[in-house]
Amino acid sequence: MRIALFATCIVDAMYPDTAIATVKILERLGHQVIFPPGQACCGQMHMNSGYLEQAHTVVSNHVRAFEEQDWDVAVAPSGSCVASVKDQHPLVATRCGDDSLASRATAVGQRTYELSQLLTDVLGVTDAAAQLGSYFPHEVTYHPSCHGMRLLGLGTRQSDLLRSVEGLSYRELPDAESCCGFGGTFSMKVPDVSGAMLEDKARNIDSTGAELCTGGDASCLLHIGGGLSRLKLGARTVHLAEILASTREEPLVINHEKEATR
Amino acid sequence: MSTVNLGMPRVRAEGNLFEETPFADYAREELKNTQLRANLAHATHSIRDKRLRVVSELPDWEQLRDAGSAVKESVMADLPALLEEFEANFTARGGVIHWARDADEANRIVTDLIREQGADEVVKVKSMATQEIGLNEHLAEQGISAFETDLAELIVQLGHDTPSHILVPAIHKNREEIRDIFLKEMGDVDPNLDSEPAHLAEAARKHLRAKFLSAKVAISGANFGIAETGTLAVVESEGNGRMCLTLPETLITVMGIEKLLPKASDLEAFMQLLPRSSTGERMNPYTSMWTGAAHDDGPQNVHLVLLDNGRTNALADVHGRSALHCIRCSACMNVCPVYERAGGHAYGSTYPGPIGAILSPLLTGVDKAENGTLPYASSLCGACYVACPVKINIPEILVHLRGEDVEARRKRSKRPTEMDLVMKGAEWAFSKGSHLGLAEKGLPLGRVAAGRDGKIKKLPGHLLGGWTQFRDVPAPPKRSFRDWWAKEHKDSSGPGPSGPDAAGQEGGQA
Repeated sequence: MRIALFATCIVDAMYPDTAIATVKILERLGHQVIFPPGQACCGQMHMNSGYLEQAHTVVSNHVRAFEEQDWDVAVAPSGSCVASVKDQHPLVATRCGDDSLASRATAVGQRTYELSQLLTDVLGVTDAAAQLGSYFPHEVTYHPSCHGMRLLGLGTRQSDLLRSVEGLSYRELPDAESCCGFGGTFSMKVPDVSGAMLEDKARNIDSTGAELCTGGDASCLLHIGGGLSRLKLGARTVHLAEILASTREEPLVINHEKEATR
Repeated sequence: MSTVNLGMPRVRAEGNLFEETPFADYAREELKNTQLRANLAHATHSIRDKRLRVVSELPDWEQLRDAGSAVKESVMADLPALLEEFEANFTARGGVIHWARDADEANRIVTDLIREQGADEVVKVKSMATQEIGLNEHLAEQGISAFETDLAELIVQLGHDTPSHILVPAIHKNREEIRDIFLKEMGDVDPNLDSEPAHLAEAARKHLRAKFLSAKVAISGANFGIAETGTLAVVESEGNGRMCLTLPETLITVMGIEKLLPKASDLEAFMQLLPRSSTGERMNPYTSMWTGAAHDDGPQNVHLVLLDNGRTNALADVHGRSALHCIRCSACMNVCPVYERAGGHAYGSTYPGPIGAILSPLLTGVDKAENGTLPYASSLCGACYVACPVKINIPEILVHLRGEDVEARRKRSKRPTEMDLVMKGAEWAFSKGSHLGLAEKGLPLGRVAAGRDGKIKKLPGHLLGGWTQFRDVPAPPKRSFRDWWAKEHKDSSGPGPSGPDAAGQEGGQA
């Protein structure tokens, strides 16, 4: 299958290893990965902050960038960005009176998948250890991000994949379904409430004793990781894709000392 | 605003619907109240769990939600005709209808009706509509005492406080605080009263019984009005409503015009949806229904004030009007992580929580007072939408109203805000892949800003500074994924080499 990677702006700029891990997983399954070079961002930051016109610019770019290339399905390592592509793009176009963009956006959205969705529903991966060689001997807890859980209805797809990783010790996160408080510009516009939500999430993660908290959205992990770091709690964050990409031969190194000096 | 002509004048709301302090500022102060936070977390979590239990009992819950949503949509589509149908039926059965454009008009009508009876005291059953119009405050100015008879409302009233939750208005008070209020404010209370819930309830019962038996006028709200029969319904738990609705000679009800249901059979869905969503009960203890005045039984003077107060304004907003489907169950606030921490008072209005964050600005206009800050009082986590028994897409309406707010601010001032500038810059960066690639060339600068520990602890400006108030930012990578792809990988024709160290990031995030 020819798979178009939508890296998402935050992974592209801040977490390239998450996108690289996504590429590795898909290539390991024998698929061809392309990266439409015109892509930038899904536009939900603009839309969710009330900047509809600007969102229209960003959505137009996304649709154009993916239309320019030939691919079977598109994938992003982010539930939130995929929900935006699927649900919000046609809405933005319609609200701006751009009906042709709305139907084009719908066509792109229909073939766009969140990573665990693609792996489970399309590529038939149910056992990460057996099918991907995933190996990650660490204690891990998992935060199901809101948009993946409620807008895409991912259910247990992400956690099922995690539980099937060899060596991984899965720790249940108390109050897992509560939002981490990120909410895009919410974290800047209402910082105190967002910070209070984050602190509760961070303390719940800490209570599991896990060394890592994983999830399917880099933005939530950026937020949670930033809170864990500020509160000087031991756990760190890592994207689900990087855990799935980790193998015995090429393990993902979690090295706290190395991180500090890189 | 995307509005339609309704063929009738739109009136913006007055009354207790205005946020006077920006939400973020009010919430910051409330967060310091650890007692409030503990009470709220305990109360919302226990109602949340109860609701989930009783909802999961019904295999057709999702179909019930669909039905509730569809009925409400049909009501909004046909509101003028349904209101006239209701009026005709209510009047035919001996009731009197009064139409109130706004809070002032409704308050005047109610005051005149009380005066006609020569009364200077009224008993009240909990009603959101009368809180919205500030009826109690208005009556006090006119020398009329209004006694709230719902236990939690009584606590709030005796405490000279305002409700912080639709269903459990005293959710911010614990039992010790309630006992102290009773001892201080309830004239006829036992001075040895302790904080046992049963004893507190008994003290309130004795206090209220005397009022029920002496009052000549009662005031209520209504949960539903059935157009085909002219019937009103009140759904409650304590029986105080039944007392109010049956004992006094005169009954005055204030109801928003959106509360109609076309047919009595529509109650089938709503009487399953409402109790399970609000108190987490399969059925509420008391449901009272009345149709006009019954000869020689119950109130003989039966009045209904039909209240607009901004509802037509909300109805005219194509993208926001489904907020009027709300049946005031409060499920959205019980699941809301923002409400749980900020508390109901932070929303300024009679309507707190997620529904308040959309309903208040829709009723008043987003440009009134600080109501433009309410649509931002959400992380858009979507828990409210999932819980809503009539499927109001609250996150989508919040986003719509943020757009309205941005527009309204642009009209008020040509000077761009910090957010305007950030969004403008981001629009450029995200308008083309090549632009983002260029912006990413600056990533090494971020690495310089990070200290030796690889963390950025303080960012400039109000917005970015808000972020680093509670969170560190990791040092950016040496290069972007886009850069790595172009130089190291390119579009593959099949499995190709790709190393984890290629982009200069080792290990996980954070």
